[in-house]
Amino acid sequence: MLRIDNLRKRYRTGDEALKGISFAVPSGQIVGLIGPSGAGKSTLIRCVNRLVEPTGGQVFLDDLELTALSRSELRKARRRIGMIFQEFALVERLTVMENVLSGRLGYVPFWRSFARRYPPADVDKAFALLERVGVLDQADKRADALSGGQRQRVGVARALEQDPELLLIDEPTASLDPKTSRQIMRLIREICAERNLPAIINIHDVLLAQDFVDRIVGLRAGEVVFDGPPNALSPEVLTRIYGEEDWAALQRRPDRETDEERGAREAVDGELERRASFA
Amino acid sequence: MANSNAAPALPETNKNVTAAARAWRRPPLIRNRALRWTCGAGVVVYLTLAIASLQVNWVRIYQGLERGWRFVQGFLLPDFVSRWSDIVIGMRESLTMTVTSTVIGILISVPIGIGAARNLAPRPVYLLCRGVIALSRSLQEIIIAILFVAMFGFGPFAGFLTLSFATIGFLSKLLAEDIEDADESQAEAIRATGAGWWQLINYAIQPQVMPRLIGLSCYRLDINFRESAVIGIVGAGGIGATLNTTMDRYEYDSAGAILILIIAVVMAAEYFSGYVRKWVQ
Repeated sequence: MLRIDNLRKRYRTGDEALKGISFAVPSGQIVGLIGPSGAGKSTLIRCVNRLVEPTGGQVFLDDLELTALSRSELRKARRRIGMIFQEFALVERLTVMENVLSGRLGYVPFWRSFARRYPPADVDKAFALLERVGVLDQADKRADALSGGQRQRVGVARALEQDPELLLIDEPTASLDPKTSRQIMRLIREICAERNLPAIINIHDVLLAQDFVDRIVGLRAGEVVFDGPPNALSPEVLTRIYGEEDWAALQRRPDRETDEERGAREAVDGELERRASFA
Repeated sequence: MANSNAAPALPETNKNVTAAARAWRRPPLIRNRALRWTCGAGVVVYLTLAIASLQVNWVRIYQGLERGWRFVQGFLLPDFVSRWSDIVIGMRESLTMTVTSTVIGILISVPIGIGAARNLAPRPVYLLCRGVIALSRSLQEIIIAILFVAMFGFGPFAGFLTLSFATIGFLSKLLAEDIEDADESQAEAIRATGAGWWQLINYAIQPQVMPRLIGLSCYRLDINFRESAVIGIVGAGGIGATLNTTMDRYEYDSAGAILILIIAVVMAAEYFSGYVRKWVQ
């Protein structure tokens, strides 16, 4: 459970990126954070694990007030928060395995991480996760040798290696093609369901968001202007979030597929994908 | 919709704009025409005066040509034999000086380079390390060599200290700049896992800067060898000292032999560093 209370951020340049944001994310819920570029989406999720230091308000992970922690306490708290990035942010010259194991950095002492001598349980978990996300055979390759979709799978595995209690996901599909985007979103969705994880996903693609998240929060100029279920995104709401535009094309078709149909189609997608990977 | 009603006929003024725009020229670097011409003329005048102020003594040049020719002849007929034992001692000193000073220089440069990277070091550490780099870079090798020779006497120890000191300025500065240019998103991702400062260096920074650090170290090894030949002339030992002695005795054939050996070693170092750089990428 994540609770954000009246969160504010003013950059040193004077730009007010967040103007008092409040909402809560219960366990297992995936929140899609949408809004125009510069609305403060990235700042917001970075204020949660304090990669960006908020200038006001509070953030609670369960009962722990993240915004009140000292430097070393923050380090411990960050272990509980997995993060997935736009452009993957893998360390490109390290192997896939090293990237996944880096999820344990907060748990192991420096000499262990330096010598790459991780406890066997951590290594087992890393292998299991690589298998779960479908890139087990790439474990010893350098991260920059992988395709975009594979890299993001490694990014997901790295976040999960932390045993997180919350996922912060920044534009996970921004540099992926539409098919891979859907696969990654589906993977994230399944994993959150398996582990009952709450997640915040910054996402530009409204249709993709509507397909894969439980709830949408719309941000505009540092303020929450919409908070509701994905199917409540009407043209009026989209105009409120993004401004005036012809939103007809973005409206979901009335003949939208039912959940069962989607489940069936996704099973087929998954099968095709598996075959493609063998080809 | 706005784009459904096809583009309306351009108004008359727009056509004129299009016509004028056909004579496009790149905007000049200095917009003000008078200032631009003044700057250009100023440069020409200065260069003319500067070149005219060089006093050329043609007679001296003529005499010098003869000496230069003897030098070239020595080069063409190098004598490796008569001073061979001196050359071997000088070479050995120079190579020892080069390798030890490069290794020590790298070991000291890495912490200073990290300290001089604005994105990693706190402000006071940053200023201190930048200060060390500025000091090391502002003093030319020969000046430091003269100082160290005065302090520690003639010989390769002074040369070793000089080259180590110069290596610090060179490597720390370039390493610090490379760290500052490192991809911030990778560092952010490592920080987000709860990693400590040392882990951040080891996992996010080191993989990004290592190939360049190795390349620069090889390059510095090469520079240090060449510098060891120069600082030998002011008494810091090595092949430079041997070269200086042969020149003082007008033994240009031995000097030629030494120069050929220096060139050979530099070329070998160049080839080696190119190979290593390709290998670490």
